[in-house]
Amino acid sequence: MRDDPLLKSSFDSGPDDFATRLRWFLRGTLKIFSVPAVLLMSSFVGFAGLAIESDIKLDQTVFMTVVIWALPAKVVLIGAATSGATLPAAALAVALSSVRLMPMVVALLPELQGPRTRRITLLFLSHFVAVTAWVMAMEELHKIPRDLRTSYFAGIGMVLVGANALVVVIVYMLSASFPPIVFAALFMLTPMYFLTSLWRSAREKAGHIAMIAGLVLFPIFHGVAPGYDLLLTGLVGGACAFIFHRIQRNHLEAK
Amino acid sequence: MTWQSLPDWWWPFVFILAAGWLATDIWRFLGVFVGGRIREDSEALVFVRCVATALVAAVIAQLILFPTGELASSPIWLRIGAAAGGFAVYLVAGKRVLIGVAVAEALLVIGLLAL
Repeated sequence: MRDDPLLKSSFDSGPDDFATRLRWFLRGTLKIFSVPAVLLMSSFVGFAGLAIESDIKLDQTVFMTVVIWALPAKVVLIGAATSGATLPAAALAVALSSVRLMPMVVALLPELQGPRTRRITLLFLSHFVAVTAWVMAMEELHKIPRDLRTSYFAGIGMVLVGANALVVVIVYMLSASFPPIVFAALFMLTPMYFLTSLWRSAREKAGHIAMIAGLVLFPIFHGVAPGYDLLLTGLVGGACAFIFHRIQRNHLEAK
Repeated sequence: MTWQSLPDWWWPFVFILAAGWLATDIWRFLGVFVGGRIREDSEALVFVRCVATALVAAVIAQLILFPTGELASSPIWLRIGAAAGGFAVYLVAGKRVLIGVAVAEALLVIGLLAL
């Protein structure tokens, strides 16, 4: 580690030096020019289309983008809002869809923090954790001098949030001139992006079971208990997948 | 207390803060606080991931089966067929997200134009 020239130069100029921090922050912002960032922006085009079709106003959609950030949580919130769910039911559905953020943050911390990183800095930076920024950080951070990783990650996170807020504004402004078929196509982007990226990111086989269970159970619960269809599908489908996971594990241990 | 309960301009923002911001950032902040104390492979986390995954899958099903706006007027078999076709090509093409999305979109647009 000590022979790393990047690390050395950062020590020479002092890691608390504002110019050094700014330079690494800006290097982080350059990650906007990458394949995952472009994919994310195209799914935000779809999200903006979904919001427009759901009668959500521009300022409300931009506000959601900045304060929630995670795409599935926003889509669940819009789904709950338009289906007439109460605030507690909507909050519970959004919270359930966002539980996965906790293990992601837990996994990121050892990569992100230096010996002198303050907790308040980590709390601020944790807000940028969502699938895309997290994947980028897990791939890149180990190459960055430890004391400057927070600056670099702040660059990645802030440029992603800012650029996608801008994407939302642009789609709203252009949408008046879109023919109807464009809205239909934009709406379809979000479920397809989730379907494919979620399948790829499933860590254990139970993740695939959970996905299939969720897809199959949703229409059933939608018919039986319309206001609680998302919640019930998540809990029952997740429990099915977890039981599968336990049986599979016990089976392996018995061998 | 639903999205449309109050006509005031600030109500949707309160709704977004309470049901959106708090409900997501609480997990991120909790992640910072529990830090290295949870093991990545613990059983509780597997269960949590299963529920979260099934919930997002439910959202996917909701968007495809019961869409709002323009897509709602398209036949349901076209939406399911486009999604299934895109997903099948995605699996065959080595799990490339871009390819799966592009194929589903192409099938949907062709179907909409042909009808």
